[in-house]
Amino acid sequence: MHALGARVYKASRLNFFAILTGFLCQTGFLYLRGHALGRCPLTSLFEVLVFLSWSTVLFYLLIGPTYRLSLLGAFTSPLAFLFLVAALLLAHDRAPVKTTNPPNGWLELHAALSVVAYGAFALAFVAGVMYLAQEKQLKSHNIHSIFYHLPPIRDLAVANTRLIIVGFLLLTVGLGAGFGLGSIFTHSVVTVWAVGVWFLYGFILTAEWRHRISPRRVAWLSVAAFSVLLITLGGLNFITQKGGAL
Amino acid sequence: MEILCLGLSHHTAPVQIREKFALGESEATEVARQFLSASGVSEALVVSTCNRVEFYVAAEQAAQGFGAVNEFLTARLNEPPGSAFFQLPTAAAIRHLFRVVSGLDSMVLGETEILGQVKKAYAAASAGKTTSRHLNKLFQRAFNVAKDVRTNTNITRGSVSVGSAAVELAEKIFGKLSTCHVMILGAGETSELTAGALSARGVKSIFVANRSYDRAVALAEKMKGKAIHFEDWPREFHDVDILIGSTAAPHHVLTAAQLAPIMRTRPDRPLFCIDLAVPRDIEPAVNDIEGVYLYDIDALQARADQSMNIRKQELVICEQMIERHAVEFGEWLAGGWTQAGVRYSEAVSGGQS
Repeated sequence: MHALGARVYKASRLNFFAILTGFLCQTGFLYLRGHALGRCPLTSLFEVLVFLSWSTVLFYLLIGPTYRLSLLGAFTSPLAFLFLVAALLLAHDRAPVKTTNPPNGWLELHAALSVVAYGAFALAFVAGVMYLAQEKQLKSHNIHSIFYHLPPIRDLAVANTRLIIVGFLLLTVGLGAGFGLGSIFTHSVVTVWAVGVWFLYGFILTAEWRHRISPRRVAWLSVAAFSVLLITLGGLNFITQKGGAL
Repeated sequence: MEILCLGLSHHTAPVQIREKFALGESEATEVARQFLSASGVSEALVVSTCNRVEFYVAAEQAAQGFGAVNEFLTARLNEPPGSAFFQLPTAAAIRHLFRVVSGLDSMVLGETEILGQVKKAYAAASAGKTTSRHLNKLFQRAFNVAKDVRTNTNITRGSVSVGSAAVELAEKIFGKLSTCHVMILGAGETSELTAGALSARGVKSIFVANRSYDRAVALAEKMKGKAIHFEDWPREFHDVDILIGSTAAPHHVLTAAQLAPIMRTRPDRPLFCIDLAVPRDIEPAVNDIEGVYLYDIDALQARADQSMNIRKQELVICEQMIERHAVEFGEWLAGGWTQAGVRYSEAVSGGQS
């Protein structure tokens, strides 16, 4: 956020290590939380949002250097920060609730992979926003200083598609793990919602491959799909609040 | 110890005078050696480019240093050097060199070629053993200053010519250009320059179509591309990523109605259209087609002008950075104090006011 505010767009080592430090702190928090709960820390909206923030940064750390997408960190870190703020402000179930039920491996694998997949979708959202910002400048000839630091639109389009594919595959495996529980549709509203997200991103990939929609439309769809994902996640929390854990 | 600079540049002398003093690498070293034979002169270095010839000397006294260079110039001109030459005493010479290597004194503000040229001149002087402690320190510091200025300001930002603006935009669309196919319609001078700039970035292939096939062949040979008959260009167009229009046609050669169906067959491949022709070759409405980015000559010139304005806005910051470095170097040179007992930084600021 400092980088964007100060118009300092160079991917400095300091920025990278700041993000890495934050990621390590989040990892430590999730580990301690899991230890306290005796299970994967995905039992409440608070934990889901922290885990989502962690997953988003994880994907940034994995693909940022690979694609050398300058400025990706400057867009990712505010999003990860917003997830954490939302976790603190919106979620009222911050205290760990230790259940007496023994942990279920399939359920935990299903939940963890699903939220990691949402991290990939979050980064696809970031790549989509960057694509649309850069494309608009190129089309309109109205070029601002950020133009020089945003990556080429073709690289952003490739990253966007690959992140959606990675997220989709992870979510598929996550839902597959859910089948280990029996019928995933009877387990919880959240799992049904996850199936809905799977169909949403499956639709984007089908549209891209079968109907060859343009990278611009893919970018719009990835931004819209993740916005829907976030909004429905909040709504889901409201629905399940009375029911306790997500 | 005094470090002095005497020379001429595109600011002070036209090319007819500058060319008389253009020195090759070995000749520059010979001239520097000649200065060293003068009394009181201990180090010398000559920077000779197409836009400037500058003689840097380190001497015990300013009069000795200037005298040695003036003697050489008088011998070369058969008369004393006139107003085309500038003479800079220590503080001004240091500041001048820092400005030169940072591209602030260049014809194209912020250009980076000069740094390489000065580095080359320094390497030659160093190899010829005409520099020692003071000039070594000065030039090494100058290279650090150039790096500092370029890293921490926007003085080199953007492209300031039509050709380089086109390359910059192409790279923001496609990334590496090594996979791009270029098509040139019309073998004009501007299209040749633009295609040359793209070719230098390693585009995959270049097709040249011109109404005069011979001219197409000539340009294609220059660009290591392929010449095609003008009426055949639509057949070769499908795989093109960058189209340069530069024909003398009085009407649009490419219209939105022609392009729209082609783009529908390649939605994942953008097309960058560069229209350098007047009247324009490409219908402006093609920019409304998804995946097509159209820039005409005015749009590219506007990009170049915008970049130049950004560079000009950075000048104040650059000058402040250079001033700081110049003062620091001057303090090192004077051992912290001038001979008159005045702190060097005060002497410099006093001299400026």
